[in-house]
Amino acid sequence: MQITSPNFKQNAVQALQDAQLQKAMGNVRAGFIDKRRKAADALPEFEALRDAARDIKDHTLAHLDLYLEAYEKKVTEAGGHVHWAETAEDARRIILDICRMQNAKTVTKGKSMITEEIALNDFLALAGIEAVETDLGEYIIQLRGEHPSHIIAPAVHVNKDQVEADFRRVHDYLAPNRDLSEPESLLDEARRVLRAKYFEADVGITGANFLVAETGSSVIVTNEGNGDLTQMLPRVHVVVASIEKIVPTLNDVGQILRVLARSATGQDMSVYTTFSTGPRRRGDPDGPEQYHVILLDNGRSSMLGTEFQDMLRCIRCGACMNHCPVYHAVGGHAYGWVYPGPMGAVLTPSLVGVDKSGHLPNASTFCGRCESVCPMRIPLPKMMRSWREREFERGLNPATQRYGLKLWAAFAKRPRLYKFATSLAIPALSLFGGRKKRFSALPFAGGWTRFRDLPAPERRTFMQQWRQGAAVSRRGPT
Amino acid sequence: MHTTADEPTTTPNVGLFVTCLVDLFRPQIGFAAVRLIEDAGCTVDVPMAQTCCGQPAYNSGDRKDARAIAENTIRAFEGFDYVVAPSGSCAGMLKKHYPRLFADDPAWKERAEAFASRVHELVSFLADVMGVEKVSASHATTATYHDSCSGLRELGIAAQPRALLGSVEGLTLNEMPDSDVCCGFGGTFCVKYSDISNAIVEKKTAAIEESGADMLLAGDLGCLMNMAGKLKRQGSRVEARHVAEVLAGMTDGAPIGGRG
Repeated sequence: MQITSPNFKQNAVQALQDAQLQKAMGNVRAGFIDKRRKAADALPEFEALRDAARDIKDHTLAHLDLYLEAYEKKVTEAGGHVHWAETAEDARRIILDICRMQNAKTVTKGKSMITEEIALNDFLALAGIEAVETDLGEYIIQLRGEHPSHIIAPAVHVNKDQVEADFRRVHDYLAPNRDLSEPESLLDEARRVLRAKYFEADVGITGANFLVAETGSSVIVTNEGNGDLTQMLPRVHVVVASIEKIVPTLNDVGQILRVLARSATGQDMSVYTTFSTGPRRRGDPDGPEQYHVILLDNGRSSMLGTEFQDMLRCIRCGACMNHCPVYHAVGGHAYGWVYPGPMGAVLTPSLVGVDKSGHLPNASTFCGRCESVCPMRIPLPKMMRSWREREFERGLNPATQRYGLKLWAAFAKRPRLYKFATSLAIPALSLFGGRKKRFSALPFAGGWTRFRDLPAPERRTFMQQWRQGAAVSRRGPT
Repeated sequence: MHTTADEPTTTPNVGLFVTCLVDLFRPQIGFAAVRLIEDAGCTVDVPMAQTCCGQPAYNSGDRKDARAIAENTIRAFEGFDYVVAPSGSCAGMLKKHYPRLFADDPAWKERAEAFASRVHELVSFLADVMGVEKVSASHATTATYHDSCSGLRELGIAAQPRALLGSVEGLTLNEMPDSDVCCGFGGTFCVKYSDISNAIVEKKTAAIEESGADMLLAGDLGCLMNMAGKLKRQGSRVEARHVAEVLAGMTDGAPIGGRG
């Protein structure tokens, strides 16, 4: 997927002018925030579970190599195959090879951000293989030729009328006068169309929410059951998962699952939670004949042992973006790559380089709401700040910002100079502010006064007044 | 002012961290803070060697300058029993982030931690440290309170200002929807990403108007300048003030951003 993160500002302005998008983003609050709060409030041990979930992942990351090896052994014992992929290119190549072995024409996919990360659909299309997304939201944006704008609600930016128009455009073989006025009728149509694809598919590709070292299982969580059909019906099931998805035991999965859905959608559990261990065994009524796991690194191992390791605790619940005022304002596409919102602001520079995504860690007010809702207690603002430090060290910020900051710091570091300068500047600015005591335009503060008035200062600084004992008492004018 | 804490054997000596915005744009908040801290039974002094907490540098990735500023601040405030700032954001910087700045310098880290342990945001200092439950101020108005992010999430300030405002005679508190959602100020964010900041503050001013209150209160001048600036641009009649001005009974002068 092409990275447009360097254009974040332009992307954002465009998003702010998109009336339809703005309306759609309004649904995020009703859809996610209140439900998460209710779900968390209803579970007395929620905070303790967050601690436990964090500890499980921290422990796993500290021994990642051991758990991955144990996992591989178990998968192999169950009759499956593990493929190690260092880069996106490696992963795509391995998947294509598996598809070619099957002479595959059609591949079904259960929603997986990791296949977005490796841009799998376009790659398979070039090789003449049709990849069909089976998650409703993913299916909709696939029809639209778009990418997800949210990691669990990929089409959150699209409204019902747009979906109707897309269905009528693409499903042109269906009766033109059919009723598509209700979400239910749209859902029915998607289900009918996708059902045929499940049976047609030669290979089913899913992501994994977790990989379990103890059993060699992959775990997927969905609300539509599409992931189950994707991995059960075709001859071959391919799991694509990044290395940090591993957890030691089934008990660990059980604990983390308890915070996952509550944080994401406010559900106690997702509708479907499915564990897959190897291919169909003798006597099994169904299941794939082959079971492959692609373990993707793609930059993650370079985060281990750094100040960004904690990011690898992320379980992709989307709570951070649901609660982020910046994400609310501009939507997910503005972030310009696969992972939007606060988690993307940390993960994207880690995976594609800060030189290509420098805006993202800066486009935050540091309000801290993301960290306060993160089920894995990932210190997102702290890590964004670490990215900003690396950018600053490498001189990647715009020169005007750097010089402005340096000039300000030169004064802030020298209290006497600072007081002298401000005692001259402030009275001048105050005088300039006029009778209304505010500015509606200021030559050097355009970024502020374009949208807001700037309250004017009083005639003398606090320090001037305090030092000169202007007030009768030191308690100021009464 | 009435306190419930046991009478201290000696009078606590408080160093006021004025904050650069208060110093430059609204000194009245500083004087209100002095009045409130003294009424709570402390003495107050203002070290002249302070400038700014260093957040613009720290949050822009300029760790070196942030450290230099932090060293100045820590030096300036050694010797006080408490360091109090009329800002959750600046107090959060002094308390939570200064020790992190010196993570690789044990001597300074210890100094920063000792300093941080004495730092408090003004309203939380009054309520949590000095045990203040009531103020003697009166002001007849309906007000709505915005929870500024750093104060709320870094320092746990939410109940204290509401409780103290509840003791202001004549003041009715009307909560706005999403009072705990960022106003879009974010320090340099509001200038670097002014379009996004504007979209966020527009939602905030709509929430403020929805509360039906005549006065907007918050504990951070940065957020207040942002929200007041937007309210004025929109022609709103809602007046904005720092919570300390109301608690100290210093509401005679013009509100933030002027009248009308």
